[in-house]
Amino acid sequence: MADSILKVKDLKKYFPVRGGFFSKPVAWVKAVDGVTFEMEQGEVLGLVGESGCGKTTLVNVLLNLEEPTSGEVYFDGLDLFDMDKKSLRKIRKNLQIVFQDPFWSLNPRLLVRDIVGEPIKVHANCSREQLVKKVGDLLEMVGLPRSGVFKYPHEFSGGERQRIAIARALALSPKLVVLDEPTSSIDVLSQAQILELLKNLKQSLGLTYILISHDLSVVNYMADRIAVMYLGKMVEYGPADDVFDRTAHPYTKALFAAIPTLDTEGIDSIATIEGSVPSAINPPSGCRFHTRCPMAKEICRQREPVMVDLGGGHRAACHFIGKDAKGAC
Amino acid sequence: MGEYFKIKDLRVGFKTFEGHKNVLDIDTMVLNKGETFGIVGESGAGKTVLALTILRLLSSPPAVIESGSILFNGEDLLQKPESEMRKIRGRHISMIFQDPMSTLNPVFTVGEQIIRVFRNNKRISRKEAEKEALGMIEMVKLPDAKNIMGKYPHELSGGQRQRIVIAIALSCGAEFLIADEPTRNLDVTIQAGILKLIAELQRELGVTVLFIANNLGLVSAICKRVAILNAGRIVETGSVREVLKDPRHPYTLTLLNAIPRNKGERVNRVNTTIKEERDRDLRGCRYYSRCVEKREVCRDSEPVPGLILGTHWVACHRAFEGGEPGGGQHTEG
Repeated sequence: MADSILKVKDLKKYFPVRGGFFSKPVAWVKAVDGVTFEMEQGEVLGLVGESGCGKTTLVNVLLNLEEPTSGEVYFDGLDLFDMDKKSLRKIRKNLQIVFQDPFWSLNPRLLVRDIVGEPIKVHANCSREQLVKKVGDLLEMVGLPRSGVFKYPHEFSGGERQRIAIARALALSPKLVVLDEPTSSIDVLSQAQILELLKNLKQSLGLTYILISHDLSVVNYMADRIAVMYLGKMVEYGPADDVFDRTAHPYTKALFAAIPTLDTEGIDSIATIEGSVPSAINPPSGCRFHTRCPMAKEICRQREPVMVDLGGGHRAACHFIGKDAKGAC
Repeated sequence: MGEYFKIKDLRVGFKTFEGHKNVLDIDTMVLNKGETFGIVGESGAGKTVLALTILRLLSSPPAVIESGSILFNGEDLLQKPESEMRKIRGRHISMIFQDPMSTLNPVFTVGEQIIRVFRNNKRISRKEAEKEALGMIEMVKLPDAKNIMGKYPHELSGGQRQRIVIAIALSCGAEFLIADEPTRNLDVTIQAGILKLIAELQRELGVTVLFIANNLGLVSAICKRVAILNAGRIVETGSVREVLKDPRHPYTLTLLNAIPRNKGERVNRVNTTIKEERDRDLRGCRYYSRCVEKREVCRDSEPVPGLILGTHWVACHRAFEGGEPGGGQHTEG
């Protein structure tokens, strides 16, 4: 593909668990364990999974905030982990992030001018007046009044703060923006507004998004492609419509079933999967989901499933794909 | 008529430097024993203030309870002296707060925290309290209760912490539980588990639950009846089916449309302008400035709740344009 903006190949990130006399690594947390995918310009990738599945670590590595244990990341055809500081700094302009909680990600002691203007100051030369004007433009772009330039973050509501965080991320007109659960700490009305804003900005600025969320309905609204992660592995990946209409992996199915919707009534309409994500230090053998999977069989405990191509770029890693669960063993 | 819990003409305000602000203005709200009642509204609508008013935990000043009564088992909670309120909190009315991380004390083990609740409220020995605490942890379906007892809050996951908070809330046999967005900031799978737990406990113990949420999807899963709160006023109330299948108030519609749908429909028609200055002090409808279907009459006169059908009440001029309240025809917007 000619215009793939981000290419990730077998990316791994292990964290050591130190112990013993010389603080030697005694175990490894396999936060990201072999993730491969590709993104095209202008696409929205929805990254889904429970907390602790490695979404945030994956993103940290993609943004070169952490060194990967192994694997490669190409951004715009350039290897992110094989370049000197100067060119890395230039490339960072194109990679921005909006954090989960706008109450923590904005410095309470800085004016909005300085919060949004800081990346501009770092990367471009401009005078005070120009900066104020630029920040004003950015605020207007995200639907805030110009007068907000000389205010402090506490003068804004949660949804408005998230807009400020978005303005900061867009200050350098990046190519790729990572949205780390941008709406999980604000209420439904602000959420709808933020999602719509993000969608409009994407269209007008030609942005590419990686949207992290555990809420599949948010992902469905935004994403072109969906990647479902479980314990550091990608278990299902494909075009959004395929993943939603022809859900292949039992974990993805379970995630869907857990969302309460308006069309269903009563507590029995939502299903849960038992237990929580097992420890990533000692992931279960075979298929990592087998401890919670409703259709787990002997084969799942022994062999790790490989990604099966379902056509149209839709892939999933499960032993029972295309087979009846009963006839598989 | 044997009403279990009833709020009547409750007005709560805050005294600020900018003058007096009314935050809660509820004419009537009735909960029957053993039901789950949902309250929905965006942030700032007054949901949490309502919960804190019921428990009399609002700090005053700045809060002022101007008038009204909260009848619980026939007694007015607002008239009780503080000493009696202390006996009611925990034993009769209890609350699950939003954020389980800040509700639990980080320097004590969770077991210790449950034991203290027992020791404070009942005259029992430490041994007995430990046994009871163990029972509570088992009741909220945490595996390996003995082990959990000795853990500190930071060693537990968000869902486990919230279960502990529920255990504490129910440990003194409260019959009325206020759940203030208990699943905020939790994963969908964990959220589903917590919702199921609340529903099961409600069925088993017969507690009455006041469920506060900002998401109508949650409410439709767990509640039988619901009230929509906007700027401190109930704008629509009725059974979940009545309100969600046939919403009459524009605000309810906005809330419904704000939920990204699972399948099919990919658009939502939300007014994307930022909230304007609240119209709390306006004479007319408090939703006036944001309403997409406002009329002349909305600015000057406050809509009174009118009956649509069954138990479905709406406070909106538009809903009754076709006729008198009670027999009004729904006009398509």
